[in-house]
Amino acid sequence: MSPDNIFEGANEDEESSSESNPSERKLGYGAAVVETMAQIMREDESVFLAGEDVGAHGGVFGYFRGLQPEFGEDRVVDTPIAEQAIIGLGIGAAVQGLRPVVDLMFMDFICVAMDQIANQAAKLKYMFGGGATLPLTITTAGGAGLSAAAQHSQSLEAMLCHIPGLKVVMPSDAYEVKGLLTSCIREDNPTVFIINKRKLADTCHVPEELFEIPLGEGHVIREGSDVTVVAIGRMVDEAKKAAEKLSGEGIDCELINPRTVQPLDIDLIVESVSKTGHAVIVHEAVRFGGIGAEIASQIQEQAFDYLDAPIGRVAAPFSPIPFSPALEKHYVPDAERIVTSIKNLF
Amino acid sequence: MPKPNEKQLQMILEDMVVARTQAGRLWNLQRQGQVGTIAPIDGHEAAIVGAVHALETESDWVLPQYREPLGLRKYGPEVLDTFMLYNLGHPAGGHIPEPVKVAPSQISLGASIPHAVGLAWGMSLKDESGVVLVFFGDGASSEGDFYEAGNLAGVLKAPVIFLCINNQWAISTPTHLQTAADSFASKAEAFGIPGLTVDGNDPASVYEAVSEARNRATSGKGPTLIEATVYRLGAHTTADDPTRYVPSEDLSDAQKKDPVHTLIHEMKERNLWSDAKQSEVETAALERIDEAFEKAKNTPLSANSLMDHCFTSDTERQSRQRSFLMHSIGESNE
Ligand SMILES: Cc1ncc(C[n+]2csc(CCOP(=O)(O)OP(=O)(O)O)c2C)c(N)n1
Ligand SMILES: [Mg+2]
Repeated sequence: MSPDNIFEGANEDEESSSESNPSERKLGYGAAVVETMAQIMREDESVFLAGEDVGAHGGVFGYFRGLQPEFGEDRVVDTPIAEQAIIGLGIGAAVQGLRPVVDLMFMDFICVAMDQIANQAAKLKYMFGGGATLPLTITTAGGAGLSAAAQHSQSLEAMLCHIPGLKVVMPSDAYEVKGLLTSCIREDNPTVFIINKRKLADTCHVPEELFEIPLGEGHVIREGSDVTVVAIGRMVDEAKKAAEKLSGEGIDCELINPRTVQPLDIDLIVESVSKTGHAVIVHEAVRFGGIGAEIASQIQEQAFDYLDAPIGRVAAPFSPIPFSPALEKHYVPDAERIVTSIKNLF
Repeated sequence: MPKPNEKQLQMILEDMVVARTQAGRLWNLQRQGQVGTIAPIDGHEAAIVGAVHALETESDWVLPQYREPLGLRKYGPEVLDTFMLYNLGHPAGGHIPEPVKVAPSQISLGASIPHAVGLAWGMSLKDESGVVLVFFGDGASSEGDFYEAGNLAGVLKAPVIFLCINNQWAISTPTHLQTAADSFASKAEAFGIPGLTVDGNDPASVYEAVSEARNRATSGKGPTLIEATVYRLGAHTTADDPTRYVPSEDLSDAQKKDPVHTLIHEMKERNLWSDAKQSEVETAALERIDEAFEKAKNTPLSANSLMDHCFTSDTERQSRQRSFLMHSIGESNE
């Protein structure tokens, strides 16, 4: 198995890393999924993978490629097309101590499986009076930008974050894919690991060996004194570009990547806003009821006295995601919109 | 059972040849980056066209999955024109104009099966005479939607035809990993409705089965499940590489039973088709799809349409967002 060359067109210019050091090994975002899965499955027999087309095909995005040849059909299970049953299978296996990774090909399909996710996975520990433990990981591909249209492009993390009992994880680069996926699989609570399908080919430094990034700890990507920019998932890349541009115009951005949106590292954000006095939140999801609303609300609860301007939000409009690439370009937030929104604060 | 007559068979073959020819053109357009992802119809032509020719376009609804549109020529030119807009991602590509009774493609697998039951039930309540035919794949049949809708339709005796196109694959998943049942048709037993398997490479068999199901439905006897067995001769979609998982022997066996070639051969033997007719139909099919493509390409696409069709009219918040968006697009275009 050679995960490194699975993703054609890996773009070296777009490399981004949380802890980057050019002399170290680089790996693609999608390739980091396969590598992590393979390493964890080698060390822990209780981990198995199930989902649509994950076996022979290695997932429609290729990020499970090579797993079935190595681990066989019992540990890498091609399922019928039945999302409720896929999640339910994971739940049943998890309560008896296995560590299932169950895949929903596109994040939009969580809606098909929502009873199992929201009423079962998230609540079983509670319903069993603490007697059930669910070390379950749900992987799924989210995000727009590939002209995959209204039913294959959504970012539905806010829906999941609203349900007590689920941890929701959104890696922004390959380094985080590896560290966060490892943590999710070793975690004793149900997690949803959202793979951004437009990031698959992007590379950055990733350590060879397994490592964990704690769930619920955000990361300061760039320190700055004028404004706190909180960016989720792929929007971290756009926020970086915006911060670069603004530094040339005398606005110094502090860029925070929460990495997990449930639990949310609000302390890190509040500390930053207390320093900068300004905040802008960026996500791909629809603005109304998006995770940005929650973050803004918590900032004003905890750092109201420090704020010098209303909190800005950059997100998608209240309409389904268009199929047309031309229209989609206007729909999804980008660096330019982030720059405008930040400038509006000053 | 009612069989298609010679004239009907000629029309069926013509539609099959048109579908195959236009599918080739569409594939090339996708490869040139001119249209979005395409799910080729190759191998499904007889099943789709045979079924549709057994329907009454004026009264009967067709709910496609996503491989069908090029095979729905019987429902009128609007189907292709709208399909080309859809392939360009144009929002108008989702609306086949009235009175054409064809729904847009369904990408959420299984989701339109319950809709078919509701549509049929609505028609019964309104005393309309038609039936609803819903297409779905062997893969989609694993969804809960199929089982719930099949059961409900059985209870309601709704005038529905469930047409499962079993093309042996759901992306890379073969049918033996989709179900342990002997056939997809056998699932009808649990719904208390008739289920039958027909050779989907033979349009006459499909035509007969659908005609019979239609008679049952319109005489108040309820739904039928038909499984049409075919072989997916092309890729799952233009984003797929089937050589990674389709055994080449299986594919070459299936190619020998290619529904279009088989029927051409048979009809020529019966003097109902000729090479001249063939090339005439192919030429016209290409002209037609090129014309539809040009028309679609020249249909204005305003950035403003980005916010259309969420509700019947914008909420106040949406109108504010619309003006904001138009304003910022205007700025970035300067
Ligand atoms: C609810 C849902 N789950 C999964 C998918 C992803 N998906 C798209 S097509 C496909 C295979 C469908 O196979 P089948 O129903 O047999 O139709 P075919 O493509 O073979 O014509 C899958 C799994 C989807 N679109 N919707
Ligand atoms: Mg199929």
